[in-house]
Amino acid sequence: MALNFLISRRAPAAARRDAGEALWRRREPLLALLTVVLILLVGLRAPVFLSTQSMDNLLTDSAITIMLALTQMLVILTRGIDLSVASNLALSGMMSALLAMHFPVLPVGVFILMAVVIGLLLGLLNGWLIGYLELPPIVVTLGSMSVYRGMVFVLSGGAWVSSRNMPADFVAFPLARLGGLTHLVWLGALAVVAIWFLARHTRFGRDLYAIGNDPSAAAYVGIASPARLLWTYGLSGAMAGLAGYLWVARYAVAYTEIAYGFELTVIAACVIGGISIAGGVGQVSGAVLGALFLSVINNALPIMRISPFWQSALTGMVILCAVILNARGKQGGRKQILPLHGQKSLTTGSTA
Amino acid sequence: MSLPGTAIHSPQAPARSATRAAADESTAPVLALSGIGKRFQGVVALHDVGFTVRPGEVMALLGENGAGKSTLVKILTGIHQPDEGSIALAGREVRFTSAQDAMRGGITAVHQETVMFEDLSVAENIWIGRQPLCGKPRRIDWRRMEEESRALFARLEVDLPVRAKVKDLSVAQRHFVEIARALSQQAQVVIMDEPTAALSHHEIGELYRIIGQLRRAGTAVIFISHKFDEIYAVADRYTVLRDGRFIASGELADITEQQLVALMVGREVGQVFSRVANQTSGQVAPVLEVNHLSHPSEFDGVSFSVHPGEIVGFYGLVGAGRSEVMHALFGLSPEARGTVRIDGREVRLTSPAQAIAHGLAYVPEDRQRQGALLSLPIFQNITLPVLPGIGFFLRRHRRREIGIARHLCEQLELKASHFHQHVAQLSGGNQQKVVLAKWLATQPRVLILDEPTKGIDIGSKAAVHRFIGELVAQGLAVILVSSELPEVMGMSDRIVVMHQGRVQQVFTREQASAEALAAAASGGLHGDAATATSAGDPTWH
Repeated sequence: MALNFLISRRAPAAARRDAGEALWRRREPLLALLTVVLILLVGLRAPVFLSTQSMDNLLTDSAITIMLALTQMLVILTRGIDLSVASNLALSGMMSALLAMHFPVLPVGVFILMAVVIGLLLGLLNGWLIGYLELPPIVVTLGSMSVYRGMVFVLSGGAWVSSRNMPADFVAFPLARLGGLTHLVWLGALAVVAIWFLARHTRFGRDLYAIGNDPSAAAYVGIASPARLLWTYGLSGAMAGLAGYLWVARYAVAYTEIAYGFELTVIAACVIGGISIAGGVGQVSGAVLGALFLSVINNALPIMRISPFWQSALTGMVILCAVILNARGKQGGRKQILPLHGQKSLTTGSTA
Repeated sequence: MSLPGTAIHSPQAPARSATRAAADESTAPVLALSGIGKRFQGVVALHDVGFTVRPGEVMALLGENGAGKSTLVKILTGIHQPDEGSIALAGREVRFTSAQDAMRGGITAVHQETVMFEDLSVAENIWIGRQPLCGKPRRIDWRRMEEESRALFARLEVDLPVRAKVKDLSVAQRHFVEIARALSQQAQVVIMDEPTAALSHHEIGELYRIIGQLRRAGTAVIFISHKFDEIYAVADRYTVLRDGRFIASGELADITEQQLVALMVGREVGQVFSRVANQTSGQVAPVLEVNHLSHPSEFDGVSFSVHPGEIVGFYGLVGAGRSEVMHALFGLSPEARGTVRIDGREVRLTSPAQAIAHGLAYVPEDRQRQGALLSLPIFQNITLPVLPGIGFFLRRHRRREIGIARHLCEQLELKASHFHQHVAQLSGGNQQKVVLAKWLATQPRVLILDEPTKGIDIGSKAAVHRFIGELVAQGLAVILVSSELPEVMGMSDRIVVMHQGRVQQVFTREQASAEALAAAASGGLHGDAATATSAGDPTWH
């Protein structure tokens, strides 16, 4: 046990972290607590907010944000960003709506599948450019964001597809209930479990953390980064496709500006949830809580009769607070590189 | 690093004795390289390198900084692909196209720069990309992964919490994680690239024991180190590279340390640079005095002085803290403590602007990131630090700006088509000249050069050396940080050798020999230089 002097100095810190450190110093419990407090505070002023129906609404509304925040989290873990999710959502939503308009007899599963496949392909295009051509993610997805949004207009000719043009079961699916909860909520829960499993218990997920921590070290240990990035953006796209169908069907309307700017809400949810934009740090619970937190603010403000224009200012303030918290968390814990003074004679004693 | 006028000769070299050794040895080599060549953008990094390693053998790979060792390691581990030559593993020719390939083939490395994922646990760092799986659907078997990690540490007799995040570990502990990773791959060949650089005496003992274990298990080890005591302690055979070429290889028992150094350096050091030692510096007052400069984690109690017209060389191994001292001098590390006097007056240097105002100039090691603004034209790069003195609105300002730049470029023999050319388009040597010119435009009193000739071609190197000599002759004081022995020995009036953040020993030009410097850099006080002042004494100038 020659390392004892080192261990004794450093291990206590590590062990404490191991044992869960102080609970209040971790992001997720703090955020969960904050969300609950916020809900209760709003409930104090407007008790209707605490009703079952209102909570049901809250969950249903937050489902799409949560789903997209989950895959956005995977992307951000790799030091990337996917700005094209909202445009992808609009394009695949519009295409499934157009398909439903022209072939109303097809079962609803076909429309969903088609939206997912289209979203997947759009995402894979991003992933190929970023993974194999090594282009910067922010530029690639900024470009594809505009391209996909433009294609929505081209396909629809700028026209709306409204509920009159959509088959009844196409529109009904997202809000239909199973065991008391809407399909949207069930799909959201399914996504949470699936992405949690992926991020925590598969090599794919762990590789994403490794890539985000140190891309060149990832190459040294033999991680095939291009393929991992391809499928990460593919997954983000597929989720955007699914969300595209759900969005169009839920609001029973498809038009060019659908979900305009929604990618920023999704990224904000990730940042609030403690997912580091620098990559390699973040958890599913963080993404989910971040998205829930934003949804609570969104749903509470109208009830408290606060102007919706405050909403973006509030969201912005929350993001800044989250970033400050992140930065403060990084300070401290400097590395000890030199042996301490007393050990000098030890280290240099043996030169031949 | 070959230099003009280098005569490559190997005094009493037991050259190519590897063939003899292999002949009387019955075991077939596990790894055989032949004719390996690699170039980067036209610069030859390796040329016709070949050697063999047998199972259960520790091979020391020797060479100066820049001799091509790290490139060779990257080729063996599949990070780079050789342009020519072949690698045979256990008798079969292999071609690694990725790191994963090399790992599957049975070659792993403990790299010089630690390959670590800060936010992942110790266990994950060992198994990343190869985690044990279980169940259906296939998922990572966390419990088995952690148990096997504990077993590995038990085998290494090291006590590390497997769930701790790597960012909470010390440098030494990280090294053990890397060694555990190499062990876990059950490799036939383990490469250790300066594994002891950050280890204490005790930990190095642990490492020897681990290498012994590997050897008994029949694993071949390629051991890269600058420290001869370590090499003689663990290795059986040696291979020397110089300037990217194979020089010699043989049994360590047949060769002395001095002979090895001669093989590595391969030239008469004093002849390379023709600078005449400064005679007058003893009589004038020092322009810069540094007293007990300390930093919480990088260096401790560093004291030295520099006189006008003098070059003080800083030699040491990578990570000895030389660059960090220079950063502190230039006001880049606010944590540093100690006193700095310029012309006898104590000054506080807490920002580069202050340092420049006091007549310091710093040419950093990493010119791509810290030195030049690659996307700006040459003249704008050069005049950047003096812009406030020129003004930048009017045409006549612009003319003056170009005038200053032209004057300096002519002095430095800069090769460029015109002054509006972007720095990114220049060769490495010419980029370095632009950075030098930039700092000379501030008319400094003390010029700090951090590895000024690293990675530049021979011709530019000579020009940079000549130019430094001219500057010093005009009364400038120069601090030259360099990892190249011939450069340090040829240029400096005095040489400060640092080891693990401290001044180990100070040599005058006459006292300095390659062996003494190398010994001091690896932590020893060399007997030949007994007259030189020992470490930590602040009153030696």
